[in-house]
Amino acid sequence: MKGKFFLKEKIIKNIFLLSSLTSIFFLVGISLILFKEGLPLFREINFIKFLWGKSWYPTCNPPEFGALPLILGSFWITFGALIIAVPLGVSAAIYISELATPKIRNFLKLAIEMLAGIPSVIYGFLGIVVLGPWLQKLLNLPVGLCSITASLLLALMAIPTITSLSEEALFSVSKDYKEASYALGATKWETIIKVIVPAAFPGISTAVLLGMGRVIGETMTVLMVAGGAAVIPRSFLEPARPITATIALEMGEAVVGSNHYHALFSLACILFIVSLALNLAADYLLTKFRRTSQ
Amino acid sequence: MKKRRYKEKLAYLFLTLMVIIILSSVFMMFYFIIFRGIKVINWQFLTQMPQKGMTAGGIFPAILGTLYLTIGGICFALPLGTSAAIYLTEYADQNRLIRIIRIGINNLAGVPSVVFGLFGLAIFVKYLNFGVSILSGSLTLGILILPTIIRASEEALSAVPQSFREASLALGATKWQTIQKVVLPNSISGILTGSILSIGRAAGETAPILFTAATFYTMRLPDSIFSEVQALPYHIYALMTEGTHPESQVPIAYGTALVLVLLVLGLNLIAFTLRNRFRRSKK
Repeated sequence: MKGKFFLKEKIIKNIFLLSSLTSIFFLVGISLILFKEGLPLFREINFIKFLWGKSWYPTCNPPEFGALPLILGSFWITFGALIIAVPLGVSAAIYISELATPKIRNFLKLAIEMLAGIPSVIYGFLGIVVLGPWLQKLLNLPVGLCSITASLLLALMAIPTITSLSEEALFSVSKDYKEASYALGATKWETIIKVIVPAAFPGISTAVLLGMGRVIGETMTVLMVAGGAAVIPRSFLEPARPITATIALEMGEAVVGSNHYHALFSLACILFIVSLALNLAADYLLTKFRRTSQ
Repeated sequence: MKKRRYKEKLAYLFLTLMVIIILSSVFMMFYFIIFRGIKVINWQFLTQMPQKGMTAGGIFPAILGTLYLTIGGICFALPLGTSAAIYLTEYADQNRLIRIIRIGINNLAGVPSVVFGLFGLAIFVKYLNFGVSILSGSLTLGILILPTIIRASEEALSAVPQSFREASLALGATKWQTIQKVVLPNSISGILTGSILSIGRAAGETAPILFTAATFYTMRLPDSIFSEVQALPYHIYALMTEGTHPESQVPIAYGTALVLVLLVLGLNLIAFTLRNRFRRSKK
């Protein structure tokens, strides 16, 4: 009787263990698939030429697979989005955690949560029908769909990540710090900017890294509004084409097993490695932060 | 002292301004979607098939397709995610394996959605030969929402007071009996909240179903899990990029966008209120 019980418990425990291992299984599976389908490209094309090539003409004859314009396109648009999103997002976090009354705090949190809930295709749609034409008129541009349109929309998408995680970091700063600062005669603002923000800095950096991960992996918005030209971006007012948009746009027409198909998986490998690095860095920062603050 | 007060005022003004910019962007987005979308939406729009090469008629197949895909995704991810969370909160000791599992979950959450789409294409569509279908799309979406479900379930499970477990164990119940009869019933509302949030997330995702499930031109409803389907988010994208009659397609896209936003935010709102109530009752 007891042995049977014991066995059953053990089996159940192992079923749960297996379930919890599936996340790793999928993560490893994804990376294996990406590399398996991406690496065959380099049997025929030099790796450096892929990474450093300046022209992406996958369907021309002969095709050219230079990923540099796409990689730079991704980083360019992400950079633009972060310049906008970091000041806005961190300011909002400070406001929510330090200044707002409980009622306003709940309202703002709800608004931010709603922003996070809007699907990315909606951002892209509004970019095409509202923001693009509006920017075109305002800045007198030849086309409304360009890097800055994408950056503005992506900034809005990154703000929920940046704000909610920064707010958490600010909120968890020990009350003793604040009281010590007040006791020394500092004003509330001096306390915020010289004591609380520096103490929460690792948490805020984590928030920015994760926000960056969100932006660089975003697909539908950039696919719809970035303009789609696979050229090395030179200004925010010109179209660009990030990695994600290229994959989404061309996967449908690429023949399975062709160089084009493999090249798109190679692009996905780059994307995967970048987002993995960002997440690991965020994870490392957070763990280190927790250890030092305890 | 006066100068310091002045500086403080200026800083607060700046922070308030930033918050107002964010709020007005949120407001404007809703303004456009709601006021332009509401003109298009009526009963026919919600229940009819598209007509005249997607330039007229309703979006019923897209609504149905999104429903199928999200239900399929949650059927896959909920049992798996909850079991994973049970292991992490009830069984695991803090050791290296758990640390690795957690890193795995965090990183899976950070994988770009288009990469999930490629994975689904390579594994479900091609290798397992499910084709472009509801099944492939649901499984891809299921993997995508797995981390969200695990985290939400974990939060719900660890909110159950330790004394409940100890009382049950002291009565001679085994660990599994305790989980089954004490821990799960007390955390079910939290787990449900997480699932609702994930359904909202899955309903709005486009990139993962781009090559695994979605189609634009279809004149019939899906008849099995191996059919390709229309889906709300993909419908918006296709209307804006593949159409040849923008003047009649943009209004349909506005209507579709409003339906999608209402669906997603409705689910979020339900989850938000449920969670607040749940947290309050625990205190």
